Amino acid sequence: MSGQDLDTGDIAAVPQPGAAAPSRWTAFRDSDLLASFLRSKLAVGALIATAVMVALALAAPLISPQNPYDPAQLDLINSNLPPIWQAEGQAPFYLGTDDQGRDVLSAVLYGLRLSLIVGVLGVLTSGILGIALGLVAGYAGGALDTLIMRIADVQLTFPAILIALVVDGVAKAAFGGALDVGPLIGLIVVSIGLSFWVQYARTVRSSVMVEKGKDYVQAARLIGLSAPVIMVRHVLPNVTGPVFVIATINLALAIITEATLSFLGTGLPETMPSLGTLIRTGNRFLFSGEWWIVAFPGLALAGLVIAINLLGDWLRDALNPKLQ
Amino acid sequence: MSRTLLKSLVRGVAAGAALALVAMPAQAENVFRFAFQGDIKSLDPYSLKETFTIGMHAAVYEALVTRDKDMKIVPQLAESWETPEPTRWRFHLRKGVKFHDGSPFTADDVIFSAQRVRAPGSNFQTNVPADAEFVKVDDYTVDMVLKRPNPIAIAQFPTWYIMSKTWAEKNGAVQPTAPTAGNPGYATLHENGTGPFVITEQQPGVKTIFKKFPGYWGKVESNLDQAVFTTISNDATRVAALLSGEVDWMDPVPLQDQQRVNASGTATVMTGPELRTIFLGMDQWRDELKDSSVKGKNPFKDPKVREAFYLAIDEDTIAKRVMRGQATPSALLIAPALYDRAGEFKRPATDLKKAKELMAEAGYPDGFSLTMDCPNDRYVNDEAICQAVVSMLARIGVKVNLNAQPKAKYFAKVLAPGYDTSFYLVGWTPSSQDSHNILFEIAGCRKAGDKSGRGGWNLGGYCNPKIDEIADKVEGETDKTKRDALIKEGFDLIQADWGYIPLHQQALAWGVSKKVHLVQRPDNMLLLYWVSKDKTPS
Amino acid sequence: MLAFLLRRVIQAAAVLAVVGLIAFSMFRFAGDPVNQIVGPDTPVSERAEIRKSLGLDDPVIVQFGRYAGDVLRGEFGISYQFRQPVSRLLADRMPATLELAFCATVFALVVGVLMGVYCALRRDSWLAGLFQAVSLVGISLPTFLTGILLIFLFSVTLGWLPSYGRGDTVRLGWWTTGFLTASGLKALILPSITLGMFQMTLIMRLVRAEMLEVLRTDYIRFARARGLTTRAVHLRHALKNTLVPVITIAGLQLGSVIAFSIITETVFQWPGMGLLFVQAVQNVDIPIMSAYLLLVALIFVTINLVVDILYTVVDPRLRLPAGKAA
Repeated sequence: MSGQDLDTGDIAAVPQPGAAAPSRWTAFRDSDLLASFLRSKLAVGALIATAVMVALALAAPLISPQNPYDPAQLDLINSNLPPIWQAEGQAPFYLGTDDQGRDVLSAVLYGLRLSLIVGVLGVLTSGILGIALGLVAGYAGGALDTLIMRIADVQLTFPAILIALVVDGVAKAAFGGALDVGPLIGLIVVSIGLSFWVQYARTVRSSVMVEKGKDYVQAARLIGLSAPVIMVRHVLPNVTGPVFVIATINLALAIITEATLSFLGTGLPETMPSLGTLIRTGNRFLFSGEWWIVAFPGLALAGLVIAINLLGDWLRDALNPKLQ
Repeated sequence: MSRTLLKSLVRGVAAGAALALVAMPAQAENVFRFAFQGDIKSLDPYSLKETFTIGMHAAVYEALVTRDKDMKIVPQLAESWETPEPTRWRFHLRKGVKFHDGSPFTADDVIFSAQRVRAPGSNFQTNVPADAEFVKVDDYTVDMVLKRPNPIAIAQFPTWYIMSKTWAEKNGAVQPTAPTAGNPGYATLHENGTGPFVITEQQPGVKTIFKKFPGYWGKVESNLDQAVFTTISNDATRVAALLSGEVDWMDPVPLQDQQRVNASGTATVMTGPELRTIFLGMDQWRDELKDSSVKGKNPFKDPKVREAFYLAIDEDTIAKRVMRGQATPSALLIAPALYDRAGEFKRPATDLKKAKELMAEAGYPDGFSLTMDCPNDRYVNDEAICQAVVSMLARIGVKVNLNAQPKAKYFAKVLAPGYDTSFYLVGWTPSSQDSHNILFEIAGCRKAGDKSGRGGWNLGGYCNPKIDEIADKVEGETDKTKRDALIKEGFDLIQADWGYIPLHQQALAWGVSKKVHLVQRPDNMLLLYWVSKDKTPS
Repeated sequence: MLAFLLRRVIQAAAVLAVVGLIAFSMFRFAGDPVNQIVGPDTPVSERAEIRKSLGLDDPVIVQFGRYAGDVLRGEFGISYQFRQPVSRLLADRMPATLELAFCATVFALVVGVLMGVYCALRRDSWLAGLFQAVSLVGISLPTFLTGILLIFLFSVTLGWLPSYGRGDTVRLGWWTTGFLTASGLKALILPSITLGMFQMTLIMRLVRAEMLEVLRTDYIRFARARGLTTRAVHLRHALKNTLVPVITIAGLQLGSVIAFSIITETVFQWPGMGLLFVQAVQNVDIPIMSAYLLLVALIFVTINLVVDILYTVVDPRLRLPAGKAA
């Protein structure tokens, strides 16, 4: 679930009381060689898997037998067909169809696309917001810093999914419910953005605090560079590593959040299904033996998230061997 | 899991079971557990006209007359009645009937209930004729005086439940609680009827407990001591609950799960035709549709567009695929069981080519876009039907933006002042079990300031003044043949105008444990007083 | 120490005040309260009258004050869907959620610590590898998928465990418990695992990492050198030292567990506050949404406070100048 506030890249937030940092050498010696090899192998596998899924998602309109969002292409005659290897299966519905005659394979491909789009946009939104606030808080210090970090505290009080649900619910109350898909995706992206910015802000802020005192920044300041320039040109490059780790893991979280919102029925509609919506629909048919409607979207979602998480794990370990 | 943990868990379970035995000594009680996808909205019997809720009220409240297993009107709180003159109905009330609070039932309660049911906020105003005047003759005789003869004046009495005057006055429940009321009245949470069951616990949205009323005046067919109702909105969990024996009855059984239930050996699906008709309505009222690509005019005002929609929607496939055969396509807005001449109506066949031509003739060769409102938790596969309609209309170029919502939000929207919808799906059962209700409430013209309820559920504002004339004639006509002919005239007009797009009557599908014996009427009400359960020897 | 605690309490109060403000804004501005009260055909004049009687024409500050007063008295308004006081609805469903959260936490703690210790001590065994894999899946799989998977396995295919609801409950005063009946206990198993899965993974990873860390320290080496048995070293010394962060995480996560029960409760139709909240979001039932938000904030803040206090008690090094202890 997305309560991972503590475990993700927010390295500084995990309490490490009294843990004397061992030297790199001891860490290396004690780390499990086999496991780390396996892990890197896993990471390579994860990278390939992610790349394949991204490619499939990007190519969805080209390779899908059907456009699952175009109602004119759905025919009830083809509804509830099983996958091709079962007796009643029919080409071109290789993974079967749902109750509207929607091709499950096409729906999964398009769903992957939607998940990735929402995930990436959500990560970008939260990243930009969080980095900007973190830079400002760290560099400016004082009252502004306190204000931003207190807001972050309040925000951390709530899990992302709760914030996303509330933002979603309030927006629907305000707009009257009948949202088009475009604005709906925007709304979900904003919900995700507002839920995930804190980690970036905290990480960036603490890095900035460290960098701020260093000579090169002082020097830059002395030669008259303005604060924004110093921050963007000199401080930002130093935090890209951790930010990248957070972004990777948050991508998985954002995808899960969108899927969860859709599963709970407050995300994307059944006429434009994301993986979460497909799973919600398919869940209805779980008991009746029409397992393919929920199984393939579920596999796709789990595969995508696990692959991205593995990548993120590997990235984090590469950057911080102590946690191994 | 470690062995010790497992052990302690087992021990915990055992201890819990032992405690449970101590906590519930009366195992001999015959308890019927049942689940529905929605909840009992309100205990106030005038709050909300919703089939399941009304059926639950019938366990605790009673009416002057009721319907038997074959839907015939039979005496209940009125032992008998007669019409000494066409405009006067005399009811002889049953003596020795007690409300659950112990107070006796008398003519005053009937007169009070007749006022309350027609008061503002009541959802049952049309159940009792607006012009009827109730007069107390003596404590156990009441007259209903009408302005003009009405052969079906008591057709809706079976769901007009009698409340206690003294109880309502004592608890500040003299006014009915409107379905939209923010403040729950006392009567929303408490009941005081004369029925065979009392409600001992009401947790809205979670559970309701019914217990046998020891002071009931009559003999009850049911052998239940207790009935426990739970809301299970999720289809799959509702099925699982039935199959595992956690509930003895549930409604509805999702179409896709019916085979499995029947194969289970522990429960069966009881199906039957339902009286409710599912249909589509179109906004013919506004000068410009809301959220449509057509500006400055309303395409639905052109009968050709309505006809094109009708012809583009392939109801046979919907019935076969979406409804998995558990629906009867309908040409009328009323179920065949309720109108003897229904067989004379045929649904025009689906004709895409003609539909496209009609759209072109109407000036929309490339179609247009509009928003459709649809509930997603009200009728069998409601959202799936709407999605199918969206696909079918896409073939004649109409781009439908589907707005499927939970029923609470859906009804709040479509029933908002001015009826906020362009194109919608609803299901309707005439509460009078009579065609007049269709001609009056569904097809009657909406008029500003009209308090009679005419066109009250005509959400699209379809209007043909001739139908209003016919409806008025039907109301006063006592000769059945003439009446049926008049009705046919009305229904013909609706069809000729393409005023509505009737879809089908869905089939009832109750999941019933083999231990349970009950009665299923086509009005889809679960009536606890006919429910019996085999006692398990224990 | 006292100053530190005081500071914490003030911070907690501030957080609650901010959340209160958000809840109030939702309550007041998202959706016109009047529309929710009157019927569709209520005339405008009557609406204005109701507006006035509800005090919606007063300055916003006054309204917030009134709202805060109501909330402090436990009045959160009337649910639009159920037409019942929200406080009563929440109170009815709180036991279900708390019992589920409790079981999930116990499951996560017990299984998580055991698996973590095992993985740290027998790093190379295949079982440790399996545990690692499980933890990866546990952290990646969305809760609702885990739930559906468990239902499919244990309810649909095997038919062992119920897939929905709480089973039979026993009423003890205002509290209803599922602990006292066999069906109630059975009903708890799948939802608890589903809900606790993520926390279990977290705890397992943490325990493993901490154990490895501690085992490397001089302290343990000394213990070994003193001739203590391996078991004693592992359990008495190493494990004990990892418990501080575990307590922290478990404590902090208890709040998350309650909030995350939203999803588990939806999958299993568990009649708790989370299900109520999801239905409220679907039906835009603002009073329930804002009340739930406040309640969760209160639980979170309280737990954070308690954990902080425990922390200072367990680990004296943290009794530092307040600003640094985070």
